[in-house]
Amino acid sequence: MAVKVIIPTPLRAYAGKQESIEVQAATVGEALSGLTSKFGDLKKHLFTDEGKLRSFVNVYVNDEDIRYLQKDQTQVREGDTISIVPSIAGGS
Amino acid sequence: MPTKTKTVTASGAENAASLSKEEVLRYSRHLIMPEVGMEGQLKLKQAKVMCIGAGGLGAPLGLYLAAAGVGRIGLIDFDAVDFTNLQRQVLFGTSDVGQPKISAAADRLRNLNPEIQIDTFEAHLTSENALDILKDYDIVVDGTDNFPTRYLVNDACVLLGKPNVYGSIFRFEGQVTVFGYPGGPCYRCLYPEPPPPGLVPSCAEGGVLGVLPGIVGTIQACETLKLIIGKGEPLIGRLLLFDALGMKFRELKLRKNPECPVCGEHRTITKLIDYAEFCGIRGEEAPSTVTNIPEMTPTELKTRLDRGDDLFILDVREPHEYQICNLQGHLIPLGELSRRVHELDSSREIVAHCRSGKRSAEAVDFLRKAGFRKVWNLKGGILAWSDDVDPSVPKY
Repeated sequence: MAVKVIIPTPLRAYAGKQESIEVQAATVGEALSGLTSKFGDLKKHLFTDEGKLRSFVNVYVNDEDIRYLQKDQTQVREGDTISIVPSIAGGS
Repeated sequence: MPTKTKTVTASGAENAASLSKEEVLRYSRHLIMPEVGMEGQLKLKQAKVMCIGAGGLGAPLGLYLAAAGVGRIGLIDFDAVDFTNLQRQVLFGTSDVGQPKISAAADRLRNLNPEIQIDTFEAHLTSENALDILKDYDIVVDGTDNFPTRYLVNDACVLLGKPNVYGSIFRFEGQVTVFGYPGGPCYRCLYPEPPPPGLVPSCAEGGVLGVLPGIVGTIQACETLKLIIGKGEPLIGRLLLFDALGMKFRELKLRKNPECPVCGEHRTITKLIDYAEFCGIRGEEAPSTVTNIPEMTPTELKTRLDRGDDLFILDVREPHEYQICNLQGHLIPLGELSRRVHELDSSREIVAHCRSGKRSAEAVDFLRKAGFRKVWNLKGGILAWSDDVDPSVPKY
C-alpha cells in the first residue's frame, strides 16, 4: 500500500529536506522502518536505542493517534496519511 | 427628572456588572454581534487571564485580549527587550530595547485599553511561585519558549483545575490546543516526556518566521475569548497544526490518557516537581551536553593566526549562517560532519566553531571519538569572536 508520511519541520533536515515521503507499507511500523532505512539519520530522532518510539514523538494515521489504535501494528490503507508530530516548545 | 446616568470611572474594573458609556463605545463592534453582545462583553470584563511569557506568542495575545476588554490580564516574564525581539514581538518598539518586557508590555496594553487591569510579574515562573501566581486567574495561556516551563504550566493548571490555552512554534510550524479543561486531555497526555536537551533547537537556535507567532498567538487569543464567552467549539481534544510555508491547517484528535501521571486514574504527580531536572537540564539555557572538550579562546586563536600557525578553521554552522558572517573557515554543517569527515586532515590542528560554541563542541566531541587528536572548540563561537577580537563581525 502506498502511504504518505508527513515529515515535521524539525525532522526535515534528516529526511532529505522533504515535506512528505511516500512509502509502501501495510502497517505503521513498516512505514516507519521503510522511512528510517531510507534516511538513517531519522532513526535516532524517532526511536530509542531499544527501538521504541520516543515519548516526545507521536504518530498519527490520518487524525488518530496510534497509541489508541494498535500502535506500530496499526494497519494502513492505500492513500492513508501518516503524520509524525514531535513536541516543539518555541514561543518567544 | 433626568434619568440617572452611570458614573464613568477611570477604571471600568470598578464596576464589573455593567459597562460605562465609554466602554459601550469601545466595544460596540462586539456588542452589536449576538454571539458576544452585552452578556459576552460583561463576561470578558469579569474574566481574569494569565499570560505566561511576553514574547512572540505573548505579544499578539496580550494585544488582542486587552483590546477585547478582558478585565484583568496577568503578564509574567523576566526578560528585557532586545533588538532581535523586534522582528516578531509586536508589543515592543525600538525605544523599548533594554527595558524590562513586563513594564514595556504593560505600558503598551494600558495605552491600548485603560479600562482594564494589568497585573505584572517580573519573574521566572517556578515550582515555588506558580500555584500562588496562577490561582487568581480563570484561564492560563502558555506562550513560553522552553520545555521545563511548559510542563510546569501544565501541571500547575491540572492541579488548579484551570484551562491552559497552549501554543508552540518552530520555524514556520505551529501547534495549538486547549489543555486542562475538565474531562479533557493535558500536555502530558499528548507528550509524556520532553525531548532530551539539545535534540530540538529553540527559536534562538533554529530561527522563526516573524509572523508565525503572530498567527499562533492570535489563535490562542481567539480560543481564550471563546472559552470566556462560552461560544463556538473550543480546541479541546483537538490539536491544530499549522504550516505557514504550505499554508495548511490540519487537525488531529487528542485523547485523555488514562495512564497520565498528572491527570489520569492513578496519579503519581500530585504536586509540582523540579522541572529542570525532569527535562534533564539545569536552568533555562541548557549548556552543551558534551563535556571535557579542549577549547581555544578567540584571543588565543587570533594570536596564533597572526603568528602564522597552520590552523584549519572548521565552521559547522549552516550555509545560510555562513552568508551572515564567517571566519573564512571550511564549512561542514554539523549534521553532515559524519559523512564528510574525509574532507578533514587529522594531522593538522583544527579549530571548530559555530555561532555560540555549542554545536562546535559536539563536532569536536565527534571528531575526537573519530580519532582526531589536535582539535579545539572556539570558546563562545563567532559571537565571542565579535566581542573579543573583531567587532565588525555582526552578531545574530
